[in-house]
Amino acid sequence: MDDKVIQLQSLTKRFPVGNGYFTALTDINLELQKGEFAGLVGPSGSGKTTLLNIIGSLDVPSEGTATVLGNSIAQLSQKQAAHLRNHHIGFIFQTYNLLPVYTVYENVEFALLLQNMSANDRRKSVMQALEWVGLTDKEKSKPSMLSGGECQRVAIARSMVKKPQIVLADEPTANLDSKNSHHILQTMQTLNEELGVTFVFSTHDEKVMQYLKRKISLADGRVVKDETVMADSV
Amino acid sequence: MVAFKLAYRNLIGAGLRTWLNVSVLSFAFVLIIFYNGMIDGWNRQGRNDTQEWEVANGQYWHPDYDKLDVYSIKDANQELGEQVDELVKAGQLLPVLIQQATIYPQGRMQSILLKGVPTDQIILKLPTDSLQGDKNSLQAIIGRRMAKTAQLKVNDRVLLRWRDKNGTFDAREITITSIFYCDVPGADNGQIYIDYEKMQDMMGFNNRATLLVTANEEPEVLAGWDFKNLDFLLAELDQMIESKKGGGIVLQGVLLLIALLAIFDTQVLSIFRRQKEIGTYVALGLTRNQVVGIFTIEGGMHSVLAALLGAVYGIPFFLWLDTVGLSFGGLDVGITMAEVIYPYYSLGLILSTTLLVVLAATVVSYLPARKIARMNPTEALKGKIQ
Repeated sequence: MDDKVIQLQSLTKRFPVGNGYFTALTDINLELQKGEFAGLVGPSGSGKTTLLNIIGSLDVPSEGTATVLGNSIAQLSQKQAAHLRNHHIGFIFQTYNLLPVYTVYENVEFALLLQNMSANDRRKSVMQALEWVGLTDKEKSKPSMLSGGECQRVAIARSMVKKPQIVLADEPTANLDSKNSHHILQTMQTLNEELGVTFVFSTHDEKVMQYLKRKISLADGRVVKDETVMADSV
Repeated sequence: MVAFKLAYRNLIGAGLRTWLNVSVLSFAFVLIIFYNGMIDGWNRQGRNDTQEWEVANGQYWHPDYDKLDVYSIKDANQELGEQVDELVKAGQLLPVLIQQATIYPQGRMQSILLKGVPTDQIILKLPTDSLQGDKNSLQAIIGRRMAKTAQLKVNDRVLLRWRDKNGTFDAREITITSIFYCDVPGADNGQIYIDYEKMQDMMGFNNRATLLVTANEEPEVLAGWDFKNLDFLLAELDQMIESKKGGGIVLQGVLLLIALLAIFDTQVLSIFRRQKEIGTYVALGLTRNQVVGIFTIEGGMHSVLAALLGAVYGIPFFLWLDTVGLSFGGLDVGITMAEVIYPYYSLGLILSTTLLVVLAATVVSYLPARKIARMNPTEALKGKIQ
């Protein structure tokens, strides 16, 4: 059985700037297997977020192919891409991106609403996801009432509640202190190990790097190093 | 359904901003229903009163009679004939003889229309039984407007001068036996009612009438008489109502525009301020068109909440108004208008107003929301204004 969940071949991404183009990614070739805990590491402007966006079907490559769970990203219609994101890909953002007027419960429930799941099943799934991140007692709180660490845990629960095959985390610890960073990384590590979900990080945070099992280093839009490491025990 | 649920959550979650918009829109909503309800109430009362006091279910006119042409009145009368006589006896027709005359109240001279009406009639609301008193004197009834302009009171006597069928002047004192209160200027202004039979004697017109008022809802054809239906007889009132409605539309339009502008403004601001949220929706699995849908429904839902809020204070207000009416203090606008108008709210009025407000709110919500369809979700996620 083919366990490749992400395949990138000769991927290049350019953005129009003025009369010309800015090349954000050049000739990227990568494969990620199911259950990996990998990180795209590199300084700001190296193309990490752009690559995550393409993998997450929020953007398309200018050249080359990006195949995610057997779907060629460039070939997907808006609807197919939305379906892929809704069912199979979870996102975690640096600034949490929680919906401010929703409660913790409603934020986590959001993706399931789009799947037309029954209210009972939704409730079970949301409470399970909140249990994974230790926030069952905050289900009725609004994001404005939570700490940064708690917000990011809600974002993890939101990304995990639909039991996706891939979770894309863009600088998930950038706004967190050390204690909270370790807490959420441990949570993600546990979910990766227990549920077999593939995690792909974009980061330049040393704390995250300690947990990664694979580090893909980017510089100026190119992969400069791709190494498999044993995560330090934390 | 999901879009409605999400839109509802967003709307309620927005708190005060939502309720401010909803309040303004609900005010416009209630005012539109109030204004149109008053106009419709006026129309219904006006038509009803005009029928009760002046035209019943229609009139048969002498072919030469033109109520706007005083020169047509003198000779515009004819014999009733056998068929009409029978209908008059059966109480289905009311003959009215009209001639010009002059009165001299307090030494002044005033032209009037003298109308002869059978005293035992029950087709019109005119209190003609007040004309059944002393056979030797000439009794008359007038309306409040006529009483005011001629400065006449009950039991006042005033000299009446007229010309008979041969053009000979004659004069006699009349006694005002009753002043009736009606909202129909056409049955009141410049008019004096006397006994039909006495008027025939005075004028030398035997068994003749200028017009016939019918009580029948389905009038028959009478040879030599032109039938005027309610559409014709109430055309003046209808035109006035239409012009009032037209004027009202401008006022309602301005008010609705202010409310819609608030929604439009909120939508535009939302789309600028909620870029990150829009990006998040897309990342969570909505297409951009679905997000456009959510924002449109969210804006349109203002109107639904406005209708509900409007119902909360509008229904008690309308019920109260329906009981006490709105007094215009006997305002004389030249056409039928009750002193107290009771509004009339039809289901059609409420449904059409609701539809108008919901459609308008949805359209103004959709216009700015279209921008979302062109947004780049990766830029939106960063909260960058595009």
